[in-house]
Order: sequence, then C-alpha cells, then structure tokens
Amino acid sequence: MADVTRSPLAPLTPTSAALRLVWLRIRRNWPSAIALVLIVAMMLAALLANWIAPYEPDATDAEAALRVPSLHHWLGTDIYGRDLLSRIIFAARVDLTVAFGATALALAIGSTIGAVAGLYRGLVDLVIMRCVDSIMAFPAFILAMAITAALGNSVTNVLIAISLTQIPNYLRLIRGEIFRIREMEYADAARVVGNPAWRIIFIHLLPNCLPPIIVQATLAMGYALLTMAALSFIGLGIQPPQSEWGSMTAEGAQYIVTGEWWLFLFPGLAIVLMVLSFNLIGDSLRDFLDPRMRGVR
Amino acid sequence: MSPLCEVDDIKVHFALRGSAAWLRALKDGKPAVVRAVDGVSISIDPGSMLGLVGESGCGKSTVARALVRLVRPTAGSIRFDGTELTSLSDDEFNKIRPNLQMVFQDPAASLNPRLSVRRVVEEPIKLHTELSAAERRERAEAVLEEVGLGADLADRYPHELSGGQCQRVNIARALVTNPRLIVLDEPTSALDVSLRARVILLLEELRQRHGLSYLFISHDLASVRYLASRVAVMYLGVIVEEASRAELFDHPAHPYTRALLAAVPVPDPDAKRDPFVLSGEIPSPIDIPTGCRLRTRCPLAQPVCAEPVPIREVAPGHFAACHLV
Amino acid sequence: MNAVVEVKDLSVRFATDHGEVAAVDQASFDVREGEILGLVGESGSGKSVTATAILRLIRKPGRLAHGSIMLGGRDLCQLREDELQHIRGTEIAMISQTPRTALNPLITVGQHVARLFALHAGLSKAESRRRAIDMLALVGIPEPARRARQYAHQFSGGMCQRVMIAMALATSPRLLIADEPTTGLDVSTAARILDLLRELGPRTGASILLITHDLGVVASTCQRVAVMHAGQIVEVAPVRSLFHHPAHPYTRALVRSIPRIDREITMEPIPGAVPSLLNVPAGCRYAGRCPWVEDRCRRLKPVLRSVAPGHSVACFAVEDGRVAAV
Repeated sequence: MADVTRSPLAPLTPTSAALRLVWLRIRRNWPSAIALVLIVAMMLAALLANWIAPYEPDATDAEAALRVPSLHHWLGTDIYGRDLLSRIIFAARVDLTVAFGATALALAIGSTIGAVAGLYRGLVDLVIMRCVDSIMAFPAFILAMAITAALGNSVTNVLIAISLTQIPNYLRLIRGEIFRIREMEYADAARVVGNPAWRIIFIHLLPNCLPPIIVQATLAMGYALLTMAALSFIGLGIQPPQSEWGSMTAEGAQYIVTGEWWLFLFPGLAIVLMVLSFNLIGDSLRDFLDPRMRGVR
Repeated sequence: MSPLCEVDDIKVHFALRGSAAWLRALKDGKPAVVRAVDGVSISIDPGSMLGLVGESGCGKSTVARALVRLVRPTAGSIRFDGTELTSLSDDEFNKIRPNLQMVFQDPAASLNPRLSVRRVVEEPIKLHTELSAAERRERAEAVLEEVGLGADLADRYPHELSGGQCQRVNIARALVTNPRLIVLDEPTSALDVSLRARVILLLEELRQRHGLSYLFISHDLASVRYLASRVAVMYLGVIVEEASRAELFDHPAHPYTRALLAAVPVPDPDAKRDPFVLSGEIPSPIDIPTGCRLRTRCPLAQPVCAEPVPIREVAPGHFAACHLV
Repeated sequence: MNAVVEVKDLSVRFATDHGEVAAVDQASFDVREGEILGLVGESGSGKSVTATAILRLIRKPGRLAHGSIMLGGRDLCQLREDELQHIRGTEIAMISQTPRTALNPLITVGQHVARLFALHAGLSKAESRRRAIDMLALVGIPEPARRARQYAHQFSGGMCQRVMIAMALATSPRLLIADEPTTGLDVSTAARILDLLRELGPRTGASILLITHDLGVVASTCQRVAVMHAGQIVEVAPVRSLFHHPAHPYTRALVRSIPRIDREITMEPIPGAVPSLLNVPAGCRYAGRCPWVEDRCRRLKPVLRSVAPGHSVACFAVEDGRVAAV
C-alpha cells in the first residue's frame, strides 16, 4: 500500500521555502504588517524606555517650558519643561500593560466560564448567563468608573476594572462558538475515544473557537486603551506624576486655546495609532493562526 | 458461542421542547416525542460483522450512538462482553471504551482541524495506557502503517489530506486501543464510489487479522453486501428484516428491503430494474403510523397492515416484520 | 445529431502559493440535442470545475486559460459579462449537490420559481404564480398549490431537489447541468430524482450534462459518457460501449473497482493515487498507475481518437493495439 503515502502537496518545505511563504503572506496583508511593526516598536520602546528616552520623564526644566517641537525636544515640552517624547515613551508602559493585561485576563476568565456554560448547558448555563446579563446591564464605562472608584486609584485596579467589564463579551462569544462546535463530529469522536470533560474543552473545543476570539481580543485591546485613557481623562485611575496617554491628552487639551498644539496632539496620536494598529492586525492574526490558511492565496 | 454484544429492545426517545411542542402535546393528548429508536434488538458475534441498513431518519445512527454512549437509551439493555452497559457510571464506562470504538461518517469533520494526524492517533493511547512518549509514538506509527498511511503523513493536518486518507486516520484512531468491537457509522458514504473498494478491503483485512467485530451502519447496500455476514434493515426506528447476507440480497422478504434493493443503481446499462417502488415520503418520526410503519407507502398494503406486526422467523435464521410474508 | 454545447480544448488554471494548478487540461466534449451526457470522474478530477467553467463562473484565483465553449453558434468565452448574465439561467441552468442550501430560507418555494418567470419572461405576478405551480406539478410535487406557499425548511431533501429542477427548467434552457444531484440523497429518493431527470429532459427539450462519481447512476440514466481523470477527458463513448467494452485503462480499472449489489465479484481498487496537480507529469496523467504504460506515455500527451463509431479514447496503448478489446 506504499502508493497511498505520496501526499497531494509537496513534502515539508525547507527553511527558504517557508520564509518565502511568510513573505507572500506579508505582501498580501501589508497594512497589517505595518501595524504589527508599530505595535512591536511601541512595546520595545516601552521596555527599553530607560535607554531610549532622551530625558527623564519627570525632569523639569523651567527655562525650556512650552517649547515648540525642535531638535532638542523632538515633540516639544510641557509647562514644566518636561520632554514630551520621553513622557510618551514612559507612558507607553502603563497603557500597553493595561491594554494587554486587561484583555488577557478577561479572555482567560471569560473563555473558561463561557466554555463551561456552553458545554454543560441547563442550570449551570442559566445561572451564568443571568449573572452576565446583570453585568451587561451597566454601560461598560460607568461600570469601570464605579469599580475603580470603589477599589481605589491605581493602575492595577484600573486593569481589574476594565477586564471585568470585558469578561461578558468573551464569555458570550465562546459560549456561542461552543454551541456551534459541540455538535461537530470531532467533538463526538473526542468523547468516544474517552476524553474527560476538561480535555474536551481545552484541547478540542477552545482552540477551534479561537478565530472570532482573536479578532474580538484585538478590537478589545483598543477599547481597553481608550477606557484607560478616558478614566484618567476624568481623573480616575492614575495619579500624577505618573504619565499616561489619556491624562496627557487631557492636560494638553487645556493648551489648545493658547496655541501649544503639540501637548495634546502627540499623546492623542499615540492613542490613535495604537488602537488602529490593534484593529488592523486582528484579521491577519486570525488567518495566521489557522492551519487551513497555509498555502491558500 | 455467546454474542459479544447484545442489544435488547432499546428505545431512544427525544422529548420535543419549545412552545410548538407544548401546543402539539395539548392537541394530541400526549407528550410530543421523537421515537428515533423504538424497540431494536440486535446481536453481534465475536469476529463477525453485522450490517445495519436503512435510509436517513430510520434511527440507525442513533443505535450506533447509543452503543458508545453518545446518547442514553430511554429503555432497554445493552450487554457487551457480559457487562450491562446501561447501568454503568460514566467512569466505569470509560474503562470499557478502549474495547468499543467508533468510526464516524464524515472523514474530515471527525478530525480536530488543529491536531496533527500523530496527535489524533496517539490520544487514545495516552488516555487509556501508561506507555511512555516513545512507546506511544511507536504504536501510533505502527497502526498508521497498518492502515496504509506512511510515517511522512503523521505530521500533517486533516485539511492537507484527501477524504480517503482522513478516513484511514479515523480507522487508525479506532484501532489503536485494540478494541473488540468497532461501530462504523457510514464509513464509506462520504467517499467516491471508486475509493470505497480500498476502505472496504482494508476493513475486511483488519477484521480478519485482529479478530474484530463490526457493526457496519450504512445506506450503501453494495458495501454492506461485501462485508457483512448478517444484515438487519431498519425503518422508522424498528428492524423490519434480519437475515444472513445471501438470504437478504437474494430473497428479500420485507417490501421495504425489496424497494431499497430495487432503487440501488447498478453499473450495467442492460440491467433490468425491479419496478418495486414506494410511494410518498417517509413519515415524520413524531407521527408514526400505527401497525406496520410502512403501510402508508407500501404498494402491497392491505387492511390487516393496520394491526401491530411483530418480527417473526419466516425461514431459518431469516426474520421479517410483515403480515403478508 | 446537433450539438447543443461544444467544449473544445478547455483549460482552467488555479493560482496557489505553491504554483499554478491545471484543474482542467484541454478538455473536449459535446452535449447533443435531447441526450443525457454523463461526466464521470473521482473527486478532484475537475468535473465540477468544468461545469463552473461552462457557466463562465470561474473567479480568482482561477482563470479560464484556454479553449472555447460553443453554445448555439456563439463562443461563450468571447462574450461579455452582461451577455453571459442573460444566458445563465435561461439557456444554461444548473442544479447542485446540496439543494437545501441553494434555496433562500426567507422566501416561499413558489416565489423561487415565480421570480424566474417574472424576470426572464416578463410575466405578471399572477401569471408567474400560476406557471410556478404548473412547474412544481411537473416535477412531481404533490399538492403544488399548497406547497408553493411553504418555505424551504419544510421540504425534505428530495423535494428540495425537485424544486431546484423546477427552477432550472422554468426557463426552458437548452442545457441543464446537474452536478452530483443525487449524492446527498437517500437511495430511493435518488432513484426517483434520476427518473424525473430522465423523463423531463426530452419533455422540455433540455439536454442534460450529468456530473457524478457513481457509475451506477451513469449506467441507468445516461446515453453517452465522458470519463475524466486528473483534469483530462480520457474516454467518450455510448453508455453500453463504455460498460461492455471499456477501452481506456482508467475506465477499465474504474469499472472493476466498484462494489456491486447484483453480483458476487471481487472488487479491485484502482492502483496508485490521483497524481498531484501541482507537479503534473508531462505526458499522460494516468501513466503513474497504468499497467500498460511505456516510455512514450510519460513524455507525450495522448489525444482523443476514435476507436469505434462514437467511441473515442485518449491512450497510446489503445491506439497501438497493445490493449486487447474487452
């Protein structure tokens, strides 16, 4: 029966051919490639802030206050003479931590509970869904505000608050996906072969729910960033002298009237670019993780 | 020789839910129930194959699923190797699973798209034995070899394989725990007619080599004819005829069997077709005709067919449920 | 007999990350007036792609690389999209393997058919409804007036297929392409659908191109047969000649590989596997599996040549007489 072993496609490609495939996919999705570069660049900048930033974020310089962007200060300075570029780079730490952290936490908790609801149905599902409904009855932002106010102003608490408001989304999404695939034959096959429930959830069902989750997660990261920014815009969450893009934009807004446009534009631009990048990589990341998309134009 | 598996008068009824069902129940005076399987008894001897044929909606897949506990029978008993399966707990049943495996209908849909062939075949070994990773790998590769898939395919994913290859992976997965009975739910229906031969011959080879028993469920009568020693025909949840292969195909007793055999297209342009045809459509399993279930469509129907019809022996080893035989 | 559709040297290619795949390679055949031509082949042989190509519905990443499709004197490959839109549904119609998914769940079955009359024949709403009910009766749906008001989910698989046939034949097309119309259906339902096609073809004047992988279907329904292997047409013959005197080695192997219900004969699976269409061999695509292969077969591609009236085969071994007549 050796004849059937010749598979329809070429055998496993060596490195050069694999690289070529990666290049083709990048070329197909150049907006996403750019987005990915931006995100990685920002993450690296945040990590290496101590070495990259030209000045200390808190270093005041009374003589250099409110300078227009120039060679000394690429993005200008604020009223205390602090370099805007350095502040933005250091602020990236807070923003990206909250964006990734809140999303990851919400995804982990929401998916697990959603999977349980989808798999067991009945009373378990009923109870879980009614709890979810109560959480979703509140406008997400109001809820985030309330939780932050209750827990106290700190970055960690903001992270928890934002992730709590995001949990219902993943929960419902996963639950819906589980409904769809629990009737699939490979789920049945997994049962017949003797898999315990936890393996069916984590090895067979959840990985196949990933595509819509990935897209949701990348969109949600943008939303988490915006929520963080909005919370500090109104004074909740972080405290000065900690810098964060939202609070920087809030402070900078006061100066539009007096003509110091850079104080509000650059932090705002940072938010926009990050959110846009998250949105753009959503679809491509989903395709990239799908074994079926290999080799398809 | 006592049978390996004995199914005794099982019934699988699904209660309908929702407001429409409730209204219907009010109207009919009894709860609305889908009688998918309504009293089926079969037995499979060690090392033999029983074919279970019928068209869609007859309940044959439900019988298969009941055997592997994907669905619980509402009544009746299933004895496997002397043990009564219906009274086992889930954990106890799990210990039996290595002996009782299943191959599903859609070759590609029965494989998790995210697992490589190797992982699919190694999983049952991992779940039920204590073998080391190297031993698992060896056993998986040995089984893949046996079903005709080379080691180079072990790291592929289901979407990279053809339908026939996917089906072989399914068979390998069922085989890897050394089962005694394999339930095959339409294993060739999703394959091209020209590929069925390979799978059928492979199944026969494996059966002889390992002394396996099969419950082969299909609407492809030609494949069943090749493999089965005994055949049972199902219609609307009950068995209407059961006989040895030769008897059933050469001397069908029940009108439904006759109609089924007449409808199979034969690859011979000069073949004369038996013009025996059933009228109308299959009734819904919620509204089953009283008496003989076929009487609303049978060209030979008589008034007596409204009476309940038990299955009787009409010739040695040949059973049929028809008043007119 | 006149040909309704003449396909000549049709080639369809698909672009993939691994290179170009020639899904259909220089296929030539014709469908004659009033006949049912069977197009037989395994999965992946290119039969469905051929059907899609005839309807000029090949889209990226596929393209019609070569060939001509003559319908009533016009070459479909040269026509513009708006001219083609007029032809699809009126002169060429198609029914597919999954009738239920082809029906719109939001409109009634009657509306599916009535719309066609309104659109293509310009009939009034009332007249279209009347004609639609007539069509449903023609395809054997009982109580057509009542069922015309029902929706697709209330119909069984076989009934849905009848509705598809009604829709296809409503505009009296010259050619009806039936792509595996019975593959998803039960045996007895399938038999009745095939009976229906056999009966309605001559009645409505449509010729039928019946695509299938089941030789049993071909034997009972078709008058002539074209056999496809790996994108190439390897044999065209009247149905009796194909089964009693199969010439091409692939056809012979195919006939021997089928489980049969009427006889106790041994099944022999076809040796080898369908060649990968990415690394297509230069010569005959069956060379890797053929017991009569010789060196020439690997280098040159055989073309269809007549070996008997109406019976042509693309095989060097047959041409040379190395293969004895069955």
